[in-house]
Amino acid sequence: MTPPTSDTPLDAIIGKDEFAAAASADSFDAELAKAGAHVTSRWGMALFLAKRYPLGGVGLAIVVIFVLVAVLAPYITTHDPLATNPAISLAAPSAAHPMGADFMGRDLFSRVVYGARTSLAVAFGATILGVFFGVLIGLASGYLGGWVDLATQRIIDMLQSLPTLILAMAMAAALGPSLTNTIIAIAIPKLPSIARVIRASTLSLREMPFVEAARAMGMSEMRIAMRHILPNTLAPLIVLATAGLGTAILVEASLSFLGLGVPEPHPSWGRMLSESAAEYVRTAPWLVIFPGVAITFAVFGTNLLGDALRDLLDPRQRTSN
Amino acid sequence: MPDGAVASPASPASVPVLEVRDLKKHFPVRKGVLRAITGHVYAVDGVSFSIARGQTLGLVGESGCGKSTVARAVIRLIEPTSGEVRILGRDILALTKAEMRICRRQAQIIFQDPFSSLNPRMSAGEIVGEPLLVHQLGSSKERQERVAALFDRVGLRASQMNSLPHQFSGGQRQRIGIARALALDPQLIIGDEPVSALDVSIQAQVINLMMDLQEEKNLSYLFIAHDLAVVEHISHRVAVMYLGRIVEHAEKRALFASPLHPYTEALLAAVPIPNPRLKRQKRLVQGDVPSPINPPPGCHFHTRCLYATEQCKREVPPLLEVAPDHWAACHLRQPKADLHPAQANATVNPSSTRSSAPA
Amino acid sequence: MNNVLETESADAPAKSAAAKTVLEVAGLKTYFFVRQGIVKAVDDMSFSLKAGEKLAIVGESGCGKSMTALSILRLVPDPPGRIVAGSVRLDGRDLLKLSEAEMRKVRGNHISMIFQEPMTSLNPVWSIGNQISEAVMLHQNVSRHEAFEKAVEMLQLVKIPEAARRAREYPHQLSGGMRQRAMTAMALACNPHVLLADEPTTALDVTIQAQILDLILELQERLGTAVVLITHDLGVVAETAQRVIVMYGGKKVEEAAVVELFEAPLHPYTQGLLAAVPHLAAMSGLAPARSRLKEIPGIVPALVNLPKGCTFAPRCAFASDVCRNEFPPYETKRPGHNVACWHSNQLDGVRHA
Repeated sequence: MTPPTSDTPLDAIIGKDEFAAAASADSFDAELAKAGAHVTSRWGMALFLAKRYPLGGVGLAIVVIFVLVAVLAPYITTHDPLATNPAISLAAPSAAHPMGADFMGRDLFSRVVYGARTSLAVAFGATILGVFFGVLIGLASGYLGGWVDLATQRIIDMLQSLPTLILAMAMAAALGPSLTNTIIAIAIPKLPSIARVIRASTLSLREMPFVEAARAMGMSEMRIAMRHILPNTLAPLIVLATAGLGTAILVEASLSFLGLGVPEPHPSWGRMLSESAAEYVRTAPWLVIFPGVAITFAVFGTNLLGDALRDLLDPRQRTSN
Repeated sequence: MPDGAVASPASPASVPVLEVRDLKKHFPVRKGVLRAITGHVYAVDGVSFSIARGQTLGLVGESGCGKSTVARAVIRLIEPTSGEVRILGRDILALTKAEMRICRRQAQIIFQDPFSSLNPRMSAGEIVGEPLLVHQLGSSKERQERVAALFDRVGLRASQMNSLPHQFSGGQRQRIGIARALALDPQLIIGDEPVSALDVSIQAQVINLMMDLQEEKNLSYLFIAHDLAVVEHISHRVAVMYLGRIVEHAEKRALFASPLHPYTEALLAAVPIPNPRLKRQKRLVQGDVPSPINPPPGCHFHTRCLYATEQCKREVPPLLEVAPDHWAACHLRQPKADLHPAQANATVNPSSTRSSAPA
Repeated sequence: MNNVLETESADAPAKSAAAKTVLEVAGLKTYFFVRQGIVKAVDDMSFSLKAGEKLAIVGESGCGKSMTALSILRLVPDPPGRIVAGSVRLDGRDLLKLSEAEMRKVRGNHISMIFQEPMTSLNPVWSIGNQISEAVMLHQNVSRHEAFEKAVEMLQLVKIPEAARRAREYPHQLSGGMRQRAMTAMALACNPHVLLADEPTTALDVTIQAQILDLILELQERLGTAVVLITHDLGVVAETAQRVIVMYGGKKVEEAAVVELFEAPLHPYTQGLLAAVPHLAAMSGLAPARSRLKEIPGIVPALVNLPKGCTFAPRCAFASDVCRNEFPPYETKRPGHNVACWHSNQLDGVRHA
C-alpha cells in the first residue's frame, strides 16, 4: 500500500476543487490585491515580485547590472580596452586603473567591462538561437509525430550524447574562431535539451481535452500549435532558457580560455584568464581575480533568476496537471 | 434501424439532427520495432442510432464499451474506420476539411474533466469567444457582447470574463465549457460524461442548466455517461453499449421499466439506489468485462450472461425491434418468441412504477 | 424489474446494540499549515464504532472524510499536516499516543485501509501474493511459505478465480475489479477489527462496484470486522451502511441510522444532497423524471477561508444571523440522531422526494 507521504501534493489529499480555489484565490492574486492599487503599474508589480521572491530579485538585479554595464560600456570606462601602454604593465589597482593593468598595459577595468559585452552578446545570442530552433524542432517533432518525430529524435539523441563543452569545442574548431561562430557553437549543444522539453510538453498537451475542443470548433492544426500548445510550454522553457544563459557564459569563457572562442580584438573574460592565469597569478593576482569574479557573478545572477522564475511559474501551472 | 424521429411527436418529418449508421472504429495495435500491426482494438463495432431535434439520447455503458470513441467519431475528432454519419442530413465523412470546418458549427462537445478541458493560459472570456474568432463571426465588440451574454446564460458573472480557469471551481469551469459549446449556436451538443467529475450538489446545477438550455434552444444532446440515474433524468431515449456494440435502445421509460437485454438488466440491478428500504435480491452478472482487443465470438456478452445458449456463443445477435420502438440485440428476445415474462410488459406501460409523489 | 427488489423494514441493528465499542474517535482535529493559512481539514470529529458495525461517512470532495481515515491511521503527511487535537481509541488504546513503531504494529493488523485507486495502491513490481504475504509476515510469526498459503487463502476468500495462479501475477495483469479484491484481501489478511474503506468503488464500473460492495459486506459479516465506508455516493451508503455520518467543510454535521437519515434528515445540507441526487425513478418508485433536480446553490468553500459560524450558512436556505456567527452545537435531536444545526426543527418533515 502506498499511503500519502509528505511529498504527496496537497491537492491530491484535500481534493482538487477547493485546493485549487484555496491555493489560487488567495496566494498570488489576493496578495496582489492586498498590495493595493499601485501594483497595477509596472514598477509596482516589479517591486511586489521582488518582495515575494527576494533571491530572484537579487538575481534579476545582478543580470540587469551586467546588461547595463555592457550597454553603457563606453560611458563608464575612461580607457580604451585595446590600448596598450607598456609603461604601466602589470600595474596594481589604483585610482587611475581601478582594476590594475595587464601585462600589455591595458586597463583591466575597461577590459572587464567590455568583456561583459562579449559575454552577454554570446549568451543572449546563443540562447535566442537555441530557443528558436529548439522550439521549432520540438514542436514539430511532438505535434507531427510519425517518422518526423522518429528521425528528429535520433538526431537529437546523437547531439545530446556529446558533452556540451566537447561539442562546442568541436564546432568552434571546425568553424573557426569568431564571435558569430562562437554563438553558433554554443547554440547547437543547447538544441537537444530545449527540443526535448518542448517535445515532452507538446506530447502531453496534444492529448488534452482543450486541444480536442479547439479541433472540434474547426481550428487549423497550425493555429492550435501556436495558440494552445506553445503558450503552455513556455513555463519550463523560460526556466531552461534563463538557466541556459549562465551555462552559455561559462561555455564561452571556457572556449575563449582554450583559444577557440572569441578572438582578438573582442575582450573576453575567458581569454583574459588564459592569458594571465599560469604566469601571473602570484605576481599580479588581480588579473585573475577580477575576470573570475565577473564570470562567477554573472552566472550566479542568472541562476538565481532562473530558480525564482521556476518557482513563480511552476505552482501556477500545477492546476493543469 | 432505430429512429428517434419516430418516437418523438414534436418533429414528425424533420431531418434528424444526428444519424449514425453502422459506425465502426478499429484501432490498430502495433508491436515491435517495425511497429507491425498485430491486432485491432474493436472500440466501436457497428453502431447505429439517430437523434431528433430537441431530444437527448443517453448513451450508457461501462469502461471499454466505446461510448467515448463514438462521441468523438461522430464529430470526426477521431476518423471512423467505416460507417455513415449524417449531421442535419449531410454525410460528414464525405466532406473536405474546409467543408467540415463549417459543419462543425452545428455540433459541439463538452468534456468530462473541468480541469483539463480549458486552456490554463487563456482567460475565460477568451475561451468562450474563441469559436467566434475562429469562424470570424462578428466584430470584436459584437463578440464581446455575445460572450457576456453567454456567461450570463450559464450562470457566471460577466465580471469573471478576465479570470483564468484556475480561479474557478470545477462546476464553474464546466459552465465555461458549456458556454464555449454554445458559442456557435449548434443544434447538437455531445456531452462526454459532462457531470461525472463534479460533486453531487454541483451535478444537479449543471444538469438543470443543460435541461433548461435544451428547452430554450431546442438543442439535441448525445449524453454519454456511466451514471444511470443521471442518464435517466436527462434523456428521452437511452442506448446501452457493451464492447463496441449497442445491445439495447429504447425510449427511456421503456428501457428502465422493462429492460430486455440481460446486460441492461444487470446494469440496472447493480446501481446502488439511495433508498435504504429497498434491498437488492441478487446480482445478475459476475466476472469482468472482456478486452476489446479479443472480444468473445458471437454475442459479446455471452461470457457473463446467465441465460447464454450455444447460439449465443456462435452468432452475433442483430439489433431487432423486439417491442414497439424498443430494440434489443439478444437471441432470446425475438419479436416473435414469447420467452420472458418481462417482454410482455414491454408493450404495456407499467403503471405501478409511475405512481409517485411529485418532487 | 420489480422482482429484483424487495422492501425491507427498517429494523434497528439489534445485534450490534450489545456489541462493544471497538473504535472511539473524540475531538479529532487535523490541520494543514500551508503558506495561505491553516486548512482545517478535519475539525472536531467524534464518533464511535461498535464491533461488526457498518458506518458510512458521506460528503463531497474536500469535506474531510478521507483525511479522517488517514488521521485515524496516522498517515497524515507531516509537514504540512498535523493532528493537533483529539484521541483515537482502538480497543481502549489511544493510537495518537503510540510511537511510530507501535503504530506500525497496528496498521494492517488491527486496523486496515483500502483505497480508491487500486492501481496506485498496489506495488507494481511485486506479485499480489507476495504483497499479501508481506502483510501477514509483518504481523504474525509465520514462515514465508505459510504466509503465502494464507495469501492464496485470502484470494480465494475474495473470490478471485484460480487464486493459486493469480497470486503469482502482478497488479497490471489484473483488471480493476480484481485489483480491488486483491487489496481487500491484503487488508483483511490479518483479520483486523476495523476496516477503513476510502471510496473503494468509485473508480470501478457499476457492475464491478456491485460485486465489490457485496464482497465487502459478505466478508465483513463472516469475519466480524467493523467497517467505516467513506464515500460520496448516497446509493452506496443506502445499500451498505447501518449508520451514517454526514460531513461538510471538515466538520460533522449530522449522524443517524441509515433509514432515518434518508427519510427524515435534520440538516439542510443532508436534505439538499438527498434532493439533488437523481434517482432511478423506475427502480425506486419516486418522482417522475425530467423534473428539475433540487439544487444546492453556491460552491463548496475553500477549507482555508472558512466563514465564521456554520460552514454551510452561505448556501443554506434557512440561514439566519445566529448561523453566520456561531457554529451550532452538536445535539441529539432524536434518539440515535445527532445534528449540528440551529434550525433543524424547521426541517422536520420537510423532506423533498
